[in-house]
Amino acid sequence: MASLPKPEELVKIDYNPPRRGWMDNPVEFRRGTWLYAAKPRHLEALGLPNPREWSPEEEDWKLPPEWREIVLEGFKERLERFRSLKLFMDICSRCGACADKCHFFIGTGDPRNMPVLRAELLRSIYRRYFTLSGRMTGKLVGARDLTEEVIKEWFYYFYQCTECRRCSLFCPFGIDTAEITMMGRELLGLLGIYPDWIIAPVANCYRVGNHVGIEPHAFRDMVDFCVDEIENVTGIRVEPTFNRKGAEILFIAPSGDVFADPGIYTFMGYLMLFHEIGLDYTLSTYASEGGNFGLFTSHEVMKRLNAKMYDEARRLGVKWILGGECGHMWRVIHQYMDTMNGPADSLEEPVSPLTGTKFENARSTKMVHICEFTADLIRHGKIQLDPSRNDVFKVTFHDSCNPARAMGFFEEPRYILRKVCNRFYEMPENTIREQTFCCGSGGGLNADENMEMRMRGGFPRANAVGYVREKYGVNLLACICAIDRAVLPALMDYWVPGVGVAGLHELVGNALVMKGEAERTTTLRGEPLKGSGDDENT
Amino acid sequence: MPKMVLAGIEIEVDEDGFIQDPDKWNEAVAKALAETEGVTELTEDHWKVINYLREYYLKFGIAPMIRKLCKDTGFTLKQIYDLFPSGPAKGACKIAGLPKPTGCV
Repeated sequence: MASLPKPEELVKIDYNPPRRGWMDNPVEFRRGTWLYAAKPRHLEALGLPNPREWSPEEEDWKLPPEWREIVLEGFKERLERFRSLKLFMDICSRCGACADKCHFFIGTGDPRNMPVLRAELLRSIYRRYFTLSGRMTGKLVGARDLTEEVIKEWFYYFYQCTECRRCSLFCPFGIDTAEITMMGRELLGLLGIYPDWIIAPVANCYRVGNHVGIEPHAFRDMVDFCVDEIENVTGIRVEPTFNRKGAEILFIAPSGDVFADPGIYTFMGYLMLFHEIGLDYTLSTYASEGGNFGLFTSHEVMKRLNAKMYDEARRLGVKWILGGECGHMWRVIHQYMDTMNGPADSLEEPVSPLTGTKFENARSTKMVHICEFTADLIRHGKIQLDPSRNDVFKVTFHDSCNPARAMGFFEEPRYILRKVCNRFYEMPENTIREQTFCCGSGGGLNADENMEMRMRGGFPRANAVGYVREKYGVNLLACICAIDRAVLPALMDYWVPGVGVAGLHELVGNALVMKGEAERTTTLRGEPLKGSGDDENT
Repeated sequence: MPKMVLAGIEIEVDEDGFIQDPDKWNEAVAKALAETEGVTELTEDHWKVINYLREYYLKFGIAPMIRKLCKDTGFTLKQIYDLFPSGPAKGACKIAGLPKPTGCV
């Protein structure tokens, strides 16, 4: 693994464009800035094309002999199938409004990370092969031939986009660069070009039920451990059930919350909440993943992984599905599920059994976000909270890209935060809500071998956290996404040491007053409730 | 897939040196893997962690949660880092012959 430069080195970002035009600069695969190639066994497990051993560092990518025809045919099909793609290829006026909105451009100074130019990587091929002017006049109108160098460039830059969609917010035409990246990735996929970090979780999810690869008995062991930990802190033994037919609600969290630090504390928060309100719910060891790395792979794979949740809901006979704190899961549910596997007519329109609130926004997908559910409980006075139990924290909130920009989900998490902690400070307004800056590692880029690029991409987010740390002494970054929980600790340690990371329902778990509980002396992490709150790392 | 000679046998490893076939693992391989991680001597404490990971993996097909590892072995996370400078996942699990974790981790 490449060594990571020191922050004071990395921050010297050169914004001068290279002397030569972008079409004449072949990509250099420098370690620390790209993802390893997918292992053949994972492609085989999924029935994806061209499984083989290869590496982006090597000259020969072992493409099939007719690779050019495959890509152009795939491009043609997609232009016919997705009107949005055709539109996005045609309407960009290259005004540049998006150019400096991308966290990867800000963190690298690489012009090909300007969203306009990232799209141009694909658009130049579109012009050459699918427009008359491009066929006739070539480079004069920004068209170029499809070569292996182009394929390599696509791989490098389409996996230097986290599909966060901040750029789209500023586009006067509403071009969704994430969708362009997705198309670029699909075309690469036709040649068997995927990163292992994405395709291994997808294969795991397809075979075992979740990205991490937790088999049913291990899933049970991990949940049992969380149950023990909750009992240690609260004196109360919560009793989750597994694969229980006839439960009212199926609860699905991202698997990172079941397995990884600090997600497990968020998971404990969910279990405590459900126990306290007496929710009739079940977990599933089969649909044990809310996330969907298929979104980072292709529409077909996304659809396959998404279907599992609904199949399981039908099998168990639940009324509706409650989903945990995950980012891209909600982009899939909110913007693709309905026309992909939906509408989910076999389930019922979600109604909170505690408050009677109808979640009309989920009428078609039958899937409710835990934050909507909890905010509604608080609003109706159904749970008792003691925010002073989070007094060791000065909290700021990172809007996870997908819930923010794909759902417009801004108020519910903030409403909950203000009820569960006393000290909450916002980052500057052009870095939150719909303008939120990405963690820098979403979209399936959260592998360790990509660490330099992750630190670069996360720099704008970290910079905003640094601002509130300096101004208010913030020591905790709250978020509602499992990728965030996995990657922000490394980002904070690198750029803003002393700031911890927690899911929102971890803070809910800390603050939740449970009937018959022992006096709380520690947080869910086992750390003392009382502290200065100024410099303590979580 | 790259191969490495570990303790006299040729073993397939991934780009970061994680062995691909857990069945090829034995104590001599662990020692050889430890050297690639800059751990020159495997003490009793090292073996306590390695054996725990190994047993958990054979039973559950995955690494244990880090907090569970700490609880069950009695080591703090800092102590684990002292023993395995690359940490529980990249250091200890690698030496114990477990695969690299994937997903939102």
